[in-house]
Amino acid sequence: MEYKATLTTCPYCGCGCSFYLESVDGRLIGTLPSKTSPVNQGRLCVKGWNAHEFVQHPKRLTQPLLRKNGELTEVSWDEALDYTARRLQEIKESGGPDALAFLASAKITNEENYLLQKLARAGVGTNNIDHCARL
Amino acid sequence: MKEIIKEKVKELLAQGKIKGFVGLRRRGENIGPHVFTDPEELEELSLGDRDRPGDARYPLVGLLGALSERFPFETFGILVRGCDERALRVRMADNRVTPLSPDRVVPVGFSCPPDLAQACQCPKPWPDALAAGEPTPGATRVQEAVSGDLWEEMDQWSDILNRCVKCFGCRDVCPVCSCRECTVEQEAMVPQRELPPAPSFLITRAVHMVGRCVYCGLCEQACPADIPLKSLYRLVARTLGQDLAAPGAIAVPRSTPAMSRSGG
Repeated sequence: MEYKATLTTCPYCGCGCSFYLESVDGRLIGTLPSKTSPVNQGRLCVKGWNAHEFVQHPKRLTQPLLRKNGELTEVSWDEALDYTARRLQEIKESGGPDALAFLASAKITNEENYLLQKLARAGVGTNNIDHCARL
Repeated sequence: MKEIIKEKVKELLAQGKIKGFVGLRRRGENIGPHVFTDPEELEELSLGDRDRPGDARYPLVGLLGALSERFPFETFGILVRGCDERALRVRMADNRVTPLSPDRVVPVGFSCPPDLAQACQCPKPWPDALAAGEPTPGATRVQEAVSGDLWEEMDQWSDILNRCVKCFGCRDVCPVCSCRECTVEQEAMVPQRELPPAPSFLITRAVHMVGRCVYCGLCEQACPADIPLKSLYRLVARTLGQDLAAPGAIAVPRSTPAMSRSGG
């Protein structure tokens, strides 16, 4: 019987609320907002309160999926990334840089978002970059 | 008080009387829930007071309920304030497949200081299972301002209730909430996935809290919209005439009919 309350930051928006992920013998059972965090002061939004749900959810994707003959098939990361890179190159060649668009996210770090816009603007040569918070 | 409790828990663990002790642990600036199984860990025991008494309280009874369900034959110790003990009694009275039994729980209690009791409007800020501290007098009831006009009263509440964003924080943090099928998640009782959320969530929950709420105030602390939930629950309980029977509810003598109708 091992109960653990692991203090961590919410993976969702940019607020960065602190909470405890509660687990018993390695299985997540719940979330409790941190009372001592200056960011959220013991409060959470509905997504934060349920952040423990997706981690070990049976429906969670564990492998990349690639559509082959109309069916989504499990493939390796290498195959998935190779396919993605090749197709994006092809679309850029045939349709021009503005045929591609990039969507940044609050779930990733500021540094990663910076890299994404660099890839879009300097790498691909398009200004078609936006962020999920603007939806 | 903390030292007395540490010694008591060390004794319980050494004698093998408890599998673990449900309490609070302080690590650096953070205080969070913890189940102590090793006496060494007790050096980090916290009573939930960081900058002010009771500013880092958690629903320990809720945690105990979750553990007891998974390990129904183990005995656990638990750190309790007055409100925690009331919550424990409510949970023990529940009719469940794996009941929380009094012989599987060892409450180790302490009293809350008068300031905290007053802030919480707590009628009995100390548990019967008092291991440390003296019985603090109950809070002097602060009469909530009532206009006497029911329609005006409801108007004011309407503005407050409309702030609800249905984060379900009040329900998630509540130490006495344990229903497998939660009423406020049923479409028939509360419209689901409706924006903006109707106050039916709050009212339905308030009705459910009659007879269960122990007025610990964790819901108010968890509410991002600063809705005075304890006052709402008291109002609904009083309106339904149930508050005098509710565990821990504040018994206020009814004066004029107008005041009692509007929950004064």
